[in-house]
Amino acid sequence: MTEQFKMDAPATDRRLDGMAQGLVGAPLDRPEGPLKVSGTATYADEYRLENLAHGMLVRAPGNSGRVRLANRDAVAAMPGVLAVIHDPRLLRNPAQGTANKAPVQDANEAHYLGQPVALVVAESFEHARHAAHALKIELEGGTPRPVDPETAAIEPQSSKGLDQGDLDRAMTEAVHAVDVTYRTPSHSSAPMEPHASIAQWDGENLTLRGSYQMLKYNRNELADALGIHPDRVRILAPYVGGGFGSKLGLAPEAVAAAIAAKETGRPVSVALTRPQVFETTMRRSETRQRIRLAADAEGRLAGIGQAALVSNLPGEVFAEPVLQATHFLYAGENRRLSLDLARVHRLCAGSVRAPGEAVGITVLECAMDELAEAAGIDPVELRRRNIPEKDPESGKEFSSRRFREALDSGAEAFGWSDRPATRSRREGEWWIGYGMASAARVNVLMESRARVTLAPDGSAKVETDMTDIGTGTYAILGQIAGEMLGLPRDRVEVVLGDTDLPPASGSGGSWGAASSGTSVYVACQAIRAQLAERLGVAETELTLKDGQAVFDNRTETLAEILKGDEIAKEGHVLPGDTSKAVRQATFGAYFVEVAVNGVTGETRVRRMHGSFAAGRILNAKTARSQCLGGMIFGIGMALTEELAFDDRDGHVANHNLAEYHIPVNADVPQITVELLEERDDWASPLQAKGIGELGICGAAGAIVNAIHNATGVRVRDFPATLDKVIAGL
Amino acid sequence: MRPFDYHRATAPDDAARAAASGGTFIAGGTNLVDLMKLEVMAPERLVDITRLDMRGIEETGDGGLRIGALVSNTDLANDARVRRDWPVLSRALLSGATQQLRNKATTGGNLLQRTRCLYFYDRAMPCNKREPGSGCGAMEGFNRILAVLGTSDHCIATHPSDMAVAMMALGAEVEIARAGGNTERLPLDDLYLLPGDTPERETVLAPGDLITAVILPAPVAGRQSYRKVRDRASYAFALVSVAAVVAVEDGKVARADLAFGGLAPKPWRDKDVEAALLGQPPSEALFDKAADILLAKAQGHGANDFKIPLARRVLSAVLTELTEGAAA
Ligand SMILES: Cc1cc2nc3c(=O)[nH]c(=O)nc-3n(C[C@H](O)[C@H](O)[C@H](O)COP(=O)(O)OP(=O)(O)OC[C@H]3O[C@@H](n4cnc5c(N)ncnc54)[C@H](O)[C@@H]3O)c2cc1C
Ligand code: SF4
Repeated sequence: MTEQFKMDAPATDRRLDGMAQGLVGAPLDRPEGPLKVSGTATYADEYRLENLAHGMLVRAPGNSGRVRLANRDAVAAMPGVLAVIHDPRLLRNPAQGTANKAPVQDANEAHYLGQPVALVVAESFEHARHAAHALKIELEGGTPRPVDPETAAIEPQSSKGLDQGDLDRAMTEAVHAVDVTYRTPSHSSAPMEPHASIAQWDGENLTLRGSYQMLKYNRNELADALGIHPDRVRILAPYVGGGFGSKLGLAPEAVAAAIAAKETGRPVSVALTRPQVFETTMRRSETRQRIRLAADAEGRLAGIGQAALVSNLPGEVFAEPVLQATHFLYAGENRRLSLDLARVHRLCAGSVRAPGEAVGITVLECAMDELAEAAGIDPVELRRRNIPEKDPESGKEFSSRRFREALDSGAEAFGWSDRPATRSRREGEWWIGYGMASAARVNVLMESRARVTLAPDGSAKVETDMTDIGTGTYAILGQIAGEMLGLPRDRVEVVLGDTDLPPASGSGGSWGAASSGTSVYVACQAIRAQLAERLGVAETELTLKDGQAVFDNRTETLAEILKGDEIAKEGHVLPGDTSKAVRQATFGAYFVEVAVNGVTGETRVRRMHGSFAAGRILNAKTARSQCLGGMIFGIGMALTEELAFDDRDGHVANHNLAEYHIPVNADVPQITVELLEERDDWASPLQAKGIGELGICGAAGAIVNAIHNATGVRVRDFPATLDKVIAGL
Repeated sequence: MRPFDYHRATAPDDAARAAASGGTFIAGGTNLVDLMKLEVMAPERLVDITRLDMRGIEETGDGGLRIGALVSNTDLANDARVRRDWPVLSRALLSGATQQLRNKATTGGNLLQRTRCLYFYDRAMPCNKREPGSGCGAMEGFNRILAVLGTSDHCIATHPSDMAVAMMALGAEVEIARAGGNTERLPLDDLYLLPGDTPERETVLAPGDLITAVILPAPVAGRQSYRKVRDRASYAFALVSVAAVVAVEDGKVARADLAFGGLAPKPWRDKDVEAALLGQPPSEALFDKAADILLAKAQGHGANDFKIPLARRVLSAVLTELTEGAAA
């Protein structure tokens, strides 16, 4: 029985606040944590299936031309080799998140250097790798292709832009104006678990053990790529070792594994090598952003301009949504926002943690810092003065917004009042500076389903094809069910990552927790209603705690009430009118202290604080971890991370973890996180909003602003590597 | 990985014989195995030297130290004598790689690790070192980490070691068991070749030549420092590093043993720089002059241009640190 719930009106009843178990919000450990740290959680490529064969993808050595396998027969005859697959169904690049259909399939033509164009299948991983090295790919009739977004053909994305009032005029009339251009480089998600799939056919039915974030879409994408009905496809992904967007859409290795398994009649695993992760999974687009800010004498904004250039492969619809939160973060009558998409033959651009805000707000916040300096106003105060009453473009109310509180409380917790004057505090060789930035990220609710079964013994099971990509889904879904049904956490089993289970929202866009959590909540509500009915009381009169029901001054155990029956309900949530009626977003503020070496230009983040408001916090520990992860990502973005493209052919030069520098422990200081108490009735009946990406939406800006405070050097070209800093020292 | 033969060496001469015809030594394997997976190196035969008796650190008769080629980077860095008398070496080692890698990495392997040039690692790219005559992909490509000194039109790779830079400053020698049977000692500086038009030849070693030890001369008076500048706080190769042993006597520089990492195809030592410093009272102007000499022939290739001003700043800072106080 399915209980449907559409989010058409604010959920002012706040039922979770009236529950008795005390699980929701509690900083509980992730139940699967011990499995993961002891190596006993089985990831996609770790299933030792009988007769398993191994495939290795082979790359295009250039970005143009017809693909020819020059020595296919010789490679096919190599020891251990089972097949050399060059099939028109192979994917050119991964599908974009929620695509729901196959991405471009074209193994016959090279579009970017690194594109998978063939698969070698062999008895062992080592055989496959060796044969893949031996396979000669020749590209015929290629022509030079644009790889540089600055000079490539541009497609304006006018539907994303806005022209309101007269920004040019506001700029001329402004007392304080800032007109600056920043650049951010491409990033790789570089999840710890490389992308991998094992495909296994049983007659016409395919089982894929994969590392994916959004199974219901991935299943349709895989079926579409293979030309079979989705009913024939089952995807399993109980554990996913990080995704950050790179596992949203179906990727080349899955289709290659499926084709190879069919052709060889054996289960086939295809796992990406680390260089392949860098050159074939989604990149975050680089951006060039011109920001214009026009303010009066008190720093009040009269105008905001953001003109962004991003890039992608020809034909891809995804354009890094740089402007997303600039639309509503600050006031200003006159607004001109525009987005241009350059067509380049670099690997595909798509979602990487917080697409849009991660780079858009970061750069906006750097420009705000420049305005604060120009106007002689404290950066926190400048933000406070520009918090709009309503959405400055649509005039809608905000659903909930503890932005001002985050600024104030964060400044207090950090000790912002002790901020030095620009380039004034020195400890030996090191310049010390403080910086801050605001955080903002749009909030979305997605359709999602889950089944909750209350067994006769009073234990519960939650089942959905939702994924846990290391974020804490297992934890929070169990907490929500336990809270609603009055069960201790260990009486609730959570089963995830299987397309045979009710289809969920998937993990992405920070919507997973609220969407899948609501589906569990809705199912539990229906179970509560049925329990109440059995007892002949109103559901609202029923208190469930520790496996017992308390009502009318009586107490009965769940087992007694169930009398040997089980109650199974499917919860089905759909987004509704509330997503249009108000502006929904999450907010926060970052505060950072850096030390910049006056000799070498090396920057060390000394401490970092974030205050965030994201509706109800479902688990204080996993929410905090998400914020920490986002802020650490921000450290990388500010100081080290950059996919370095070779300008001549557009290939990723630094395709390994030795030269693509994510932060290591020594780069990460003590980070403190404050989660502000908030309830958002418009967002979901849980009053929760998404928090998974909020931690990166501006964090890097706070660091670069701190570098300026320390040294007086403005680095407008991310990351702020030491060479760019010493150039200004 | 390509199929290969495996031979476990039982004695140095056995190792030399096994490697003389198409064999490659494997010690910690932290560099070689990566290169084999990529088939950048594809030895026909691996000669495993890890069972040889080369793990000792012994005092030499004249106050120096003989470090066996299989001594791990961790053990060498933590040796009490090294920490006391040759701290520049201990610090250089500890600034390299990670604890796990240092546990595996050996003294001999560290000296002979290959460049981190990204084009060398990518078989779709031209690289004169990997495939002589194919061209140099890095020259006009992404060469941020590559060399500005001692390069040629054929190759601008850097030698990535930290340890070797400190050893160079300390005037270390390498002990080599030649494939022919005799044992030789060579100044470390003479081990390495500059790329010229044969960048595939990196050392004077012939196939089968086994490094058996590194010999440090007796400690000298002076202050020591290893300063490494890199793109993140740990676990990154040096963009520029300086190993220095400096002494000031009577207000004048009495010793300035300097070696540089991240700048050149080999750990770089320039006697002219040292000569310019000796006998002079330390001053900013003097350090600047030393940097002028060091960098007179430096040539950037775009993305690595910054190394030239960076090397100047770091050299000056190191000399300031090591002469401060002593000058008065
Ligand atoms: C991610 C990463 C980061 C790193 N960061 C740093 C860093 O910051 N600083 C740094 O200095 N190093 C760094 N390293 C490199 C590391 O120090 C070297 O890989 C290591 O020292 C090599 O020693 P090994 O014993 O493992 O050599 P192997 O890989 O076994 O051998 C390397 C080479 O030396 C030859 N060889 C080995 N022993 C002998 C011998 N006795 N005689 C003759 N030939 C021999 C082998 O044939 C092979 O060609 C890093 C490595 C990695 C993978
Ligand atoms: S610098 Fe040397 S190692 Fe690098 S590509 Fe050029 S030749 Fe090869």
